[in-house]
Formats: sequence, C-alpha cells, structure tokens
Amino acid sequence: MKALILVGGYGTRLRPLTLSIPKPLVDFCNKPILLHQIEALVKAGVKHVILAVSYMSEMLEKEMKEQEQRLGIRISLSHEKEPLGTAGPLALARDLLTDSLEPFFVLNSDVICEFPFEEMLRFHKQHGKEGTIVVTKVEEPSKYGVVVYEAETGRIHRFVEKPQVFVSNKINAGLYIFTPKMLERIQLRPTSIEKEIFPVMAEEGQLYAMELQGFWMDIGQPKDFLTGMCMYLQSVRHKNPERLHTGPGFIGNVLVEPSAKIGQNCTIGPNVTIGPEVVIEDGVRIKRCTILKGSRIHSHSWLESCIIGWSSAVGQWVRMENVSVLGEDVIVKDELYLNGASVLPHKSISDSVPEPSIIM
Amino acid sequence: MLKAVILIGGPQKGTRFRPLSFDVAKPLFPVAGVPMIQHHIEACAKVPHLKEILLIGFYQPNEALSRFLSSAQQEFKVSIRYLQEYSALGTAGGIYHFRDQILMGGTKAFFVMNADVCCDFPLMEMLQFQKRHGDTNSFVMLGTTANRQQSLNYGCIVENQDTHEVLHYVEKPSTFVSDIINCGVYLLSPEIFQYIGNAFQKNQEDLSIEENTNGWQRPESIRLEQDIFTALASHGKLFVYKTNGFWSQIKSAGSAIYASRLYLNSYNKTHPERLAKTKDGGPTIEGNVYIHPTANVNPTATLGPNVSIGTGVTIGAGVRVRESIILHGATVQDHSCVLNSIVGWDSIIGRWARVEGTPSDPNPNDPYAKIDSETLFRDGKLTPSITILGCNVSIPAEVIILNSIVLPHKDLNRSFKNQIIL
Repeated sequence: MKALILVGGYGTRLRPLTLSIPKPLVDFCNKPILLHQIEALVKAGVKHVILAVSYMSEMLEKEMKEQEQRLGIRISLSHEKEPLGTAGPLALARDLLTDSLEPFFVLNSDVICEFPFEEMLRFHKQHGKEGTIVVTKVEEPSKYGVVVYEAETGRIHRFVEKPQVFVSNKINAGLYIFTPKMLERIQLRPTSIEKEIFPVMAEEGQLYAMELQGFWMDIGQPKDFLTGMCMYLQSVRHKNPERLHTGPGFIGNVLVEPSAKIGQNCTIGPNVTIGPEVVIEDGVRIKRCTILKGSRIHSHSWLESCIIGWSSAVGQWVRMENVSVLGEDVIVKDELYLNGASVLPHKSISDSVPEPSIIM
Repeated sequence: MLKAVILIGGPQKGTRFRPLSFDVAKPLFPVAGVPMIQHHIEACAKVPHLKEILLIGFYQPNEALSRFLSSAQQEFKVSIRYLQEYSALGTAGGIYHFRDQILMGGTKAFFVMNADVCCDFPLMEMLQFQKRHGDTNSFVMLGTTANRQQSLNYGCIVENQDTHEVLHYVEKPSTFVSDIINCGVYLLSPEIFQYIGNAFQKNQEDLSIEENTNGWQRPESIRLEQDIFTALASHGKLFVYKTNGFWSQIKSAGSAIYASRLYLNSYNKTHPERLAKTKDGGPTIEGNVYIHPTANVNPTATLGPNVSIGTGVTIGAGVRVRESIILHGATVQDHSCVLNSIVGWDSIIGRWARVEGTPSDPNPNDPYAKIDSETLFRDGKLTPSITILGCNVSIPAEVIILNSIVLPHKDLNRSFKNQIIL
C-alpha cells in the first residue's frame, strides 16, 4: 500500500524552530513528527510513502534515506516547483500512486492522533466508494470547515466552511484514504481539494466520513504543539505507561530520553518532554514544556509552556512562560523573565521580555 | 557646646513612602541595615564636643521610636531626645519653637539635618569651614553638584567662587539658576533665631491683614529654605560648603534601595564589619551585602550586589536576591528570585516565585545625576518601579509579581504585573 504525506513548504507557523530544520523533522515527544506518521503507516502495511514537498531540503532527503533502510520501505519525494494547492500534489504524484489498484492514504503532515489506518482501510473497502475522510469532534467547530454526514452510513452530504450557526461539530481531521480512480478528478494545476474536489465527490455520493476515536491535534504552531504534546503523553499513559518517567520530583506525564541528566531538588511535570543529552541542573521547575536535544537548563529556573530549541542554554533563576519558544542555540542570561518570547536561532538574550515579542 | 537637630517630620509628610510608612515611621526605616536616622546619629557621635542630639517632628510618641532612642543613647553615649511639635511647623518653625531646648547649656553652634537625606555627613569639615568663612556666627549650608535639568527639583545655590558666600538661593526654580543644590544639612548659630523670629512676626502681621482662606496656615509654620535662606542670601551671613561625597534624598521606596547602595558602599571604609563576605559553608556574596546576625541564609543562596537582610529573615536554598531590601522576619523560600524589590516585615515568598521591580537609578554615566522622584502614574499607567510588598504579605509559589505594590496583610493567589494591589 502507498501513502502520500502533504509536507508542504517552509513551515513558517512553527518558526523559529523551522528556521533550523524542516518541519517534518522537528521532534514531537522525542520523535520527528513525520516519523510518528510513517511508523503508523508501516504498521498498517504501507510499503511506499511519498512526501509531497514544495521546498526541497537536503536534510530531509538524507533523513528519509536512513529511514528507508531502517523501516525497510520505499520513501519518495515529490517536489512541486510551483504551488499546487491541497489537491495538485496528488496529481503530481499520479504515476507513483496509480501503479497499483489498491487504495492509498493521504495525510496532512501536521496531524497527530492515534492513527486509525487499519480501521480506515476496512471502512473504505466496506463502503466501496472513492473516498473516506476521517473526521474528529471539536469544541469550537466554527473555527474550521465542518463536515455534514449521515451518522449511520457515514455518507457525506456537504461541507460548510466556518459556519455562523451550529451545523455540526465534526471537522476534517486531515487523514484520507482514496481509490486510485479518484485521481481522474484532479488536474495538474493549483487546486483546493476541500473547495473543488470534495464537494463534487459528496454530491455524487462518493465520499464517506469515519469518526476518529481518541485525541487529535494540528501541531503546526507552538501553542498547539504543546497542547498536542499533553494529549499524546496522556495517550502514552494509557497505552504504554512504562515509557513515562516516574519517581520523586516527577509529577504527571513526563517523557525523558535516557541520555538526559536531571539534577537534585527539581520538580518536573506534568506534561514535559525532555530530549536526548539535555541537562537539567538543580532546583529547576518545568511544567508543560518540550526541551529539545542538547539543551541545558541552569539551576533554580522556572519554565511553563515553553519549547526550548536544540543546544540552547537557559541561565540560572530564569522565568519563562506563556508559549515562549527558543530557536536553535539560543542563550538566555541569568535572572531574566521571558513572557511569550519567540527567539530566533543563535541569539543571546540579556534583557527580560516582559510582554510577548519576537526577538531577532 | 555643640548640638545637632534632626528634623524627622510626621505621618502627613513622607506619603510617597507608602505603603512602607504604614508600618514604620519613615525615619526609622532600615537603610543598609540600620534605621535611616542612625546614619545621622553615627556621624554626630564622631564629632568631639557634640553633646546632644534633638529629634524634632510631629509623630506621636510610639514604642518603636522610644526603643530606638534608648538603644541609640546607650550605643553612642550621647544624649538623644525627641521633641514633639504640636502640629507641622515647617523646617524652621520647629527649631524656633524649641529654641530654648537647643540653646540650653550654652550652645555655640548646632547642626540641623533632614532625616530623609542619605549622605556621608562631612560635619567636621563644615565646622572647620565655618571658622574660616564669615564671622563666628555665620551659617553654613552643605551643597553638592547636580546636573542642570535635575537642579530644578532642589534648592539652588548661587555662590561667590572666592568667599563661598551664598549670593542667591531659590527653592525648586522653574528655570535654571545654578547646579549647586542644597543637601538639607546645615550648621547654624543661635543668631538664626533672630531671623526666624522676624519671619514669625511678619507672618503674624500678614495673616491678620489678609483673609485667611487656608485654615491650616499658621504663623508659626516657617520654612528654612523659602522663608529664611532666600532672604539671607547676599547679607554676608550664609555660606555654602560643597561636598563631592555621596548624597541622595530618600523620598520614595525606590530611593531607599539606591540610598542603601550608597551607604553599603561607604561601609567598605567606615564599617567593613557590616559587610558580608563569601566563605565556606556560607552563601555566595556579590558586591556589598548586609546580613543581620540573626538571619538564617542557606549556603546555596546567592546574594547581592546591594542587598540588606534584616533580623530573623530566612533565605531558603538556591534563592537569588539582588538590589533589594528584605525586612525583619520575612521568609524567602527555595529557588525564588527577588530583584529590585522591598520585601516587607514577616512576608512570605513561595518557592520558585519571582518578585521583581524596575530600578529608577540615576544615569550612571552622569556623575552629577540624582535619583528622580518618580511620579506614580504616567499617561494613565503605573510607572514601572521598585516592587514593594507591605508587611505580612504572602506570595504563593511559582508566580511572578512584577513592578507592583502590595499593601500590608494581603494574601495573593496569582501573578500580578504593573499593579497596586489593595
């Protein structure tokens, strides 16, 4: 089976992290985002993954070659030289996708959830039509495009973008499975799959919805990245609690790479991910954060809702909160206060940032 | 026979020192570890033949003041008495009212000092200066240099460069007059009372002629600066002794931290035993730090520069305190960070909390810059300033209190920024 992952471009919403590496390679709970998706696909029997990218990255190519070896599958890169929208990339990869009659998966690269690929395949084969969209329930549907479908069969009636009155609380989760015949509908030009392709398929009764169980999050921006991290860690607690770190000084769900070092009198958690070779000195308090590889948090600091970029150093007695994000190799001097600071890579900060700002 | 008078004001004066002044009279507020006026008293005690120090003000007698007076008398072996004005009489009215007390015993000269100045008190130098200038009964005013802009906030002195006579004196002018300013420390002789007496007479006459629209105006309320010195200039009686030593006013809480820094720095010469040093098994000390012997400081804490730790204070593990005053009985719990703040008596700061203010220090690049007397609000917003916790305030763990003023006996339950919390 095959899968197409819509990786897209520069990942600008996840800057400053994506200034250093391409978004699919940013570690989410100690594993690159893309790998969460690819490993789940492989488990469901996918043998060929196609990455639809709009900007070519050597780093990504290199990493994917390694994963090909490791997972024993084929990974291709399909490079759109001009923007093709959300449907165009499928047309671009047409040849790769149609050399078999089997259905193929399509996923949005920012999605994290308990990937239901086996279930999607079963459901899709059972209704036998051209497309299945996974939907998920959200609290505020009018922020998104909602899907209106028959509860019993899953047959989709229509889509409504950002509805003013309550129509449905199910939205498009960014996971699809299509029959190759569906590709005949898409031309190689900039095309929106939601606006141009899906409504026609729905009208013809060729589009079905499958409701997702469990958590779902689009982690394309720092605020949602952290929320998604909390959801993922909670699901780890249910499925593989032995992966989580426990003991005195640890509260709630905490994931720690074995090569990380944590000092005395720290209180870590809930909802913390600590990457490889990270050093946390004595007396540090961390809540709801991701600390990426090689960073150092000096003693007595207090961090809440932050992402600390690779190889950064946070000084002593620093207070960081409110979705502060440090890019790669950032130094924060002692005793500062960072509130919602977004700091670009290789920057040294010696003044507090009391109100949310971007530091270049 | 030499005496000294310290003008300590009263509760209606010094309101810019709230909320700290709710719990202690401003003259007794500890600066660099000892009560504000103790610095004045220590300077007086060094002057030979200075027999008595009189505190004049209109505070009601209270336990704190009495205790301070008796312990100071014992320590400095000089008579110290408090003379209470029946109402606010101004900087001249008070000494005039108590002139008999001041002159008793044959006083030839006496110092008059404002309580809220922070200074190295060059009293001996002023005495010698007085002998060499004018006649034996001349008056000497201590002056220092300010920058042109800030001089407008003080009393400005125009001096004769050769004789050092004061040619012209004006209090807080609206245009530039001189960059020599009045420090609030004077050396006077009994003759001053003639001049004050004349001003008193004149006031009485004026008030009986004019309709008294302001019910508070009393003829006995006389100010040395505006009412006496301005008139005395150019009459051969008033002289200015200029000092390059440190000097600052202590009007607001923020200026108390700056004054602490000046005094702590001077301790290197005058009281090195009061400064803490890093030693094995003790906290890390940076710069000048005062720690009262009864304070309990964890060895993993880092204190300074410019920190005063009061009696019975507890500083927990891994605490950082910088540019701050921690008052008697307060507790600062593990890993917290206190910067540019005053932590009130018996307050508690929870673990990993951050209590931070903004310093209002004078421009360090200008040797004559003085601390600004900040206005509380600017453009409708609270001006970032020193964070002050009144007495018995409780700060929970892990919060931030930034540029805020917390009134006494308040239990906070979340972070606050740029606010006055009643």
